[in-house]
Amino acid sequence: MSQQILIIEAGRAERHYWTDLWRYRELFFFLAWRDILVRYKQTVIGLAWALLRPFLTMLVFTLVFSKLAKLPSDGVPYPIMVFAALLPWQFFSNAFSSAGDSLISNSNMISKVYFPRLIIPVSAVIVSFIDFLISGVILVGLMLWYGFMPSWHLLILPVFIFVVFAAALGAGLWIAALNVKYRDFRYIIPFVVQFGLYVSPVGFSSSIVPERWRLLYSVNPMVGVIDGFRWAILGDNAQFYWPGILLSLALVVIVLITGTFYFRKTERGFADLI
Amino acid sequence: MTTVISVQNLGKKYILNHQPQERYTALRDVMANSAKKLAHKLRYPLAIAENDATHEEFWALNNVSFDIKQGDRVGIIGGNGAGKSTLLKILSRITEPTAGRVKIKGRVASLLEVGTGFHPELTGRENIYLNGAILGMSKADIKNRFDDIVAFAEVERFLDTPVKRYSSGMYVRLAFSVAAHLEPEVLIVDEVLAVGDAQFQKKCLGKMHDVGLEGRTVLFVSHNMTALKGLCDKAIWLKSGSVVQEGSAEDVVSSYLQNGMAIKVRQVWDSPETAPGDKSIRLHSVKVTYEGDEVSKVIDVSTSLNMEFVFWNYVAGAQLNFSIVLYNNQDVCIFNSVSEAKSYPLGKVIGVCQIPKNFLNDATYRLRLLIVKDKSTALIDLDNVVTFEVHDIERTGAWYGKWIGAVRPTLSWTTFSQS
Repeated sequence: MSQQILIIEAGRAERHYWTDLWRYRELFFFLAWRDILVRYKQTVIGLAWALLRPFLTMLVFTLVFSKLAKLPSDGVPYPIMVFAALLPWQFFSNAFSSAGDSLISNSNMISKVYFPRLIIPVSAVIVSFIDFLISGVILVGLMLWYGFMPSWHLLILPVFIFVVFAAALGAGLWIAALNVKYRDFRYIIPFVVQFGLYVSPVGFSSSIVPERWRLLYSVNPMVGVIDGFRWAILGDNAQFYWPGILLSLALVVIVLITGTFYFRKTERGFADLI
Repeated sequence: MTTVISVQNLGKKYILNHQPQERYTALRDVMANSAKKLAHKLRYPLAIAENDATHEEFWALNNVSFDIKQGDRVGIIGGNGAGKSTLLKILSRITEPTAGRVKIKGRVASLLEVGTGFHPELTGRENIYLNGAILGMSKADIKNRFDDIVAFAEVERFLDTPVKRYSSGMYVRLAFSVAAHLEPEVLIVDEVLAVGDAQFQKKCLGKMHDVGLEGRTVLFVSHNMTALKGLCDKAIWLKSGSVVQEGSAEDVVSSYLQNGMAIKVRQVWDSPETAPGDKSIRLHSVKVTYEGDEVSKVIDVSTSLNMEFVFWNYVAGAQLNFSIVLYNNQDVCIFNSVSEAKSYPLGKVIGVCQIPKNFLNDATYRLRLLIVKDKSTALIDLDNVVTFEVHDIERTGAWYGKWIGAVRPTLSWTTFSQS
């Protein structure tokens, strides 16, 4: 019998938080597993949905931006260029919206059982990450179809995957914690996601943005992340705009740190508010 | 015996909003209010922030202290809003206390609700793993105890069926079973026996009893006093957030029940002017009397009760009849009993209606009294004139579940063998 001593006091939850998080580490996996299992129950094509949605979006974007708007593609097949950006963008937007709603949709658990609350939004991000990996298959398929050979840049891709993960988690933590108290954010989330798609270089290359606006454009952290993805996947065909990427990176770090901090600060009151 | 849970001066404060609004805050209101406050500050920089009249502090728990020893099975009793759930929520770390300190030795598992985290779309097997993980079990632990959990819940055949197709009994059994196999040092259980059938209640109580015998500590909240006395050796009585009494379950439960009795077994209107009625009659009093009421003996199933009412009659010659309607706490009408129509002389009139013993079930009842003139006009129709509670009697045998039925009459039985 482990005789650990637990002390409950106002403002004391901090002390065993990180050890608890470690003790409950399997719950990250279980909650993500639950969401994935549940999502494709009673669907006919099941997991294929994870492939179909990004594939169709890619087709529409290629049609609109390449065939109709005749935008340049930096010398690579337009579908590949679109998909290299669609991957991180869809991961970010899915993770952001599901993490944002995660606490509210699990309110029952929050008011009846103890566990570190951080697990809920994190596992929502993990679920979107798994979708991201699955839709990565389409990218491989496109590259084979067009006979496109990636360069050594591809080795750097994990770094950018890590960055987009951090961006999604940071923004998700902020919105999840705010959503518990101010339900207005429930309406802000879909708006941000829709708006973000237009202000991020998903359907087009960021090289069409005039040079003097590039740095300002990079205030949107997803610009740097998407440029990084394109650079890693398309090789030398995509430019690497250092100032923009560094600015985006710094913003991602700030959002993640402040998000975690805000979440931890408000977490104690979740059960009373939700 | 060592102290496992030590609670010192525990308090929990909630802020009540008096504005009619939703449970959550809208950002719009916060921004509007902050702007108002800022404007106020700018105009009167020296004013002290006034106390917001729309907010009121409410202490759900106030200065609660007690100690619980290892292996104790402690019942927590009290009316609605006494702070029982808040106490359990603090002990299971769902919410933080505002004041005070709790020291707990060992792992705590709490079952505040049946099947928290169960997902209706997942199968029984999947839910066991998920629920176990939510309650803090590792995958290896769950695997080891999987067979025990399934056997206890008696759901072997339905393991791969989504739990949304389960009967509510199966659902409850599975949920309780997962929590009971957590093998915590402290098990906290809130009113979960209200659901599930009698046989399963018995099984749960038995399991909690065993948990206690293994040297683990059990905290149990229930409104079912018979079950509570059967399971717990100690009890704590909470009222309006404070401890009223703690001690042996037997003592605490009986003083709690007696206290609950005093509520409204009688109502008296001293002056005819303010009493219900009109110019022809005025009500004077309504009360429930029974043998032993002077010594505030508790009403139980085997008590015979008199519904007694007194009124002033101002009109001679009118044909009056009386009607007593009894409702239980589920608002089910138990009966409507009507007296013969008669005329009465001027002055005070007393009426008594007797409810025989071994007729009512254990529940809280409320009385509605009607006085009708000439079989057509209701002079008085008063609902909720008195309320009283009928308690369960000490039963033989180990079953403590709620006795079903609106009434619980002793009927005559004949059994014989045909030869």
